[in-house]
Amino acid sequence: MSISTGSAWVDGSSALMKRYNIFRSINWGKAAVVAVPGLWLAIFFFIPFLVVFKISLSETAIAVPPYTSLLEWDLEEAYVTFKMNLGNYLYLIEDAFYLDAYLSSIKIAGVSTFFALIVAFPIAYLIARSEGSTRGLLLALVILPFWTSFLLRVYAWMGFLKKNGIVNEFLLSTGLIDQPLTMLQTDFAVYIGIVYTYLPFMVLPLYSALEKMDVTLLEAAEDLGCPPVKGFFLITLPQVIPGIIAGCMLVFIPAVGEFVIPALLGGSDTLMIGRVLWDEFFLNRDWPMASAVAIVMLVVLVLPIMLIRNGQGKSEEAI
Amino acid sequence: MTSSQVIDMQSSTAAATKEVPLWKQDGAEPFLKIENVTKMFGEFTAVDNVSLNIYKNELFCLLGGSGSGKSTLLRMLAGFESPTSGRILIDGVDMAGIQPWKRPVNMMFQSYALFPHLSVADNVAFGLKREGVGRSEVKKRVAEMLDMVQLGHLGKRKPNQLSGGQRQRVALARSLIKRPKLLLLDEPLGALDKKLREETQFELINIQEELGVTFVVVTHDQEEAMTLASRIGVMNNGVIVQTDEPHDVYEYPNSRFVAEFVGSVNLFEGQVIQDEPDSVRISSVEAGATLYVNHGISCSPDQVVHVAIRPEKITISHNRPNQSENCLQGEIEEIAYMGSLSVFKVRLPSGKEVRVTQPNFTRDMGERFTWNDKVFLFWDEDSSVVLTV
Repeated sequence: MSISTGSAWVDGSSALMKRYNIFRSINWGKAAVVAVPGLWLAIFFFIPFLVVFKISLSETAIAVPPYTSLLEWDLEEAYVTFKMNLGNYLYLIEDAFYLDAYLSSIKIAGVSTFFALIVAFPIAYLIARSEGSTRGLLLALVILPFWTSFLLRVYAWMGFLKKNGIVNEFLLSTGLIDQPLTMLQTDFAVYIGIVYTYLPFMVLPLYSALEKMDVTLLEAAEDLGCPPVKGFFLITLPQVIPGIIAGCMLVFIPAVGEFVIPALLGGSDTLMIGRVLWDEFFLNRDWPMASAVAIVMLVVLVLPIMLIRNGQGKSEEAI
Repeated sequence: MTSSQVIDMQSSTAAATKEVPLWKQDGAEPFLKIENVTKMFGEFTAVDNVSLNIYKNELFCLLGGSGSGKSTLLRMLAGFESPTSGRILIDGVDMAGIQPWKRPVNMMFQSYALFPHLSVADNVAFGLKREGVGRSEVKKRVAEMLDMVQLGHLGKRKPNQLSGGQRQRVALARSLIKRPKLLLLDEPLGALDKKLREETQFELINIQEELGVTFVVVTHDQEEAMTLASRIGVMNNGVIVQTDEPHDVYEYPNSRFVAEFVGSVNLFEGQVIQDEPDSVRISSVEAGATLYVNHGISCSPDQVVHVAIRPEKITISHNRPNQSENCLQGEIEEIAYMGSLSVFKVRLPSGKEVRVTQPNFTRDMGERFTWNDKVFLFWDEDSSVVLTV
């Protein structure tokens, strides 16, 4: 008897030892390092996302906060009700207004991204090919606008574009036009605002891609009978595609949800999802509907980005 | 760098196969003519009034240290830089104002400069496609060229999936596919490890002979220059200081710079005491002996000259030899056993250090001498060279 208990005790302790070893095998330092950003993402991204998602499934109510709870507790009857409202999402599909707003946002963001790319490329090229000290100065100039308030810069554009603004005054004085142009409160002004505001986000990734490129590749191309212009399209452009994709995503994504620029520079007919979102929250006080709009916007943006990233990852592997 | 590693392969093969090389024939028309070319960068003179003739089918090496102007000269041939003054003629055509993409010249870059986004086959095809050669023709010639550099099976790979040696071959294939009249190679073997370099050297020579292209190679590695070149141009401070066959550059350097730059050498300062048409007798305090050289020089009496003797041409012995001239005494200070040979550093009474290398003929060769041994160093009268500059 005593012997068997003794051996059982030994077995038990060895099992405990094994467990202890597993416990030991976790690298706590490593885990802690990963946990910090993980926690950050959880608190500031994932949990808010879940909250918004939850609200999008509720109904409006005249209460504080102005929506119903998904779970209802009836303590006396010991009854828990779970109620999920998909009506907001259905309404998004039913009402063409929302679809129009999404499409219009994507169009405005897309056109702005395209022009930002056209404008940013020569700037990035110039910076990447300039000498050390000039390069630093030019880079600083690109980043410098960030030192003033974004709102202030948009207001400055209002000063430029309004009927008796600087641009019109200048054009009138040169005699190029005899009637002031209507630029403010048009889509044109929105394009200008977005391209201007997000230009650094396009310039910087393009710059870093161009700067990484080995310039002797262009000499090699010339040496093999390829004139410089052709060399740009055959050699430079393919090398900076990752930079182009990164820059376009950095401009396109925030531009889709942009609210301030269309609100200040756009006209009443400039339809963007950011404004719809604002109206739902603050004019209609329809938090569930606004949340649904936000969730759909997120999905609309995230899906293509994930596809692009996936494709990029694969092509990088192939290289 | 030990001098016995420098194998003078080229001149022996040349002697076996060729009669008189073009550069030794009077009135032979050079293929590449560099006439008084100078290149300034601001105040700095990178290439200083260089004139050089390179003949068809030559494998010419420009040898020099960094900043000697060799790369600038090469870039002027390719058209990436234009001369501040002077002319460059390729096959009789003045290259002034001709853009790089219109020259009958191709270049193999030091970093290879392979296009990372294109496959090996597309890299090689790049030059042909720009010429507007038909698709099937391109395919055929690319396949041929890849076979020649033994990469026929790797056409679909991307450059970064290749080893250094394979990349070097792709770069070579890419630069040869347009059948250039002149191929410029910038440190072609610099990025390869020693073993691979030796193999590739001979391959390069074979390809050059097979295709009959004129090669101009830039290198700082004298060993590379020795094995590859039909002739070597040694550059220093933007000037070509000596142009000769590898054998002559090594055995008959025309200046102290060349003697020291190509291989290692011992230099003894001395005064001419007897100046005959075909021999010179020099008294050297540094060497502590009278030195006798059996070739004539043009110099004034009592002129201070240098006698150059290569380490492998000196014999080291414990016993006094039967010669009084070209015989020094000293004490072994350092011994380095390098397998195929041993290197001795011998201190002379004057304080001068002499470098001597001896092949290890027998296994115990390296053990015959030890530190602080008193030894005699001596050499033949036709082993050393007198340098006046």
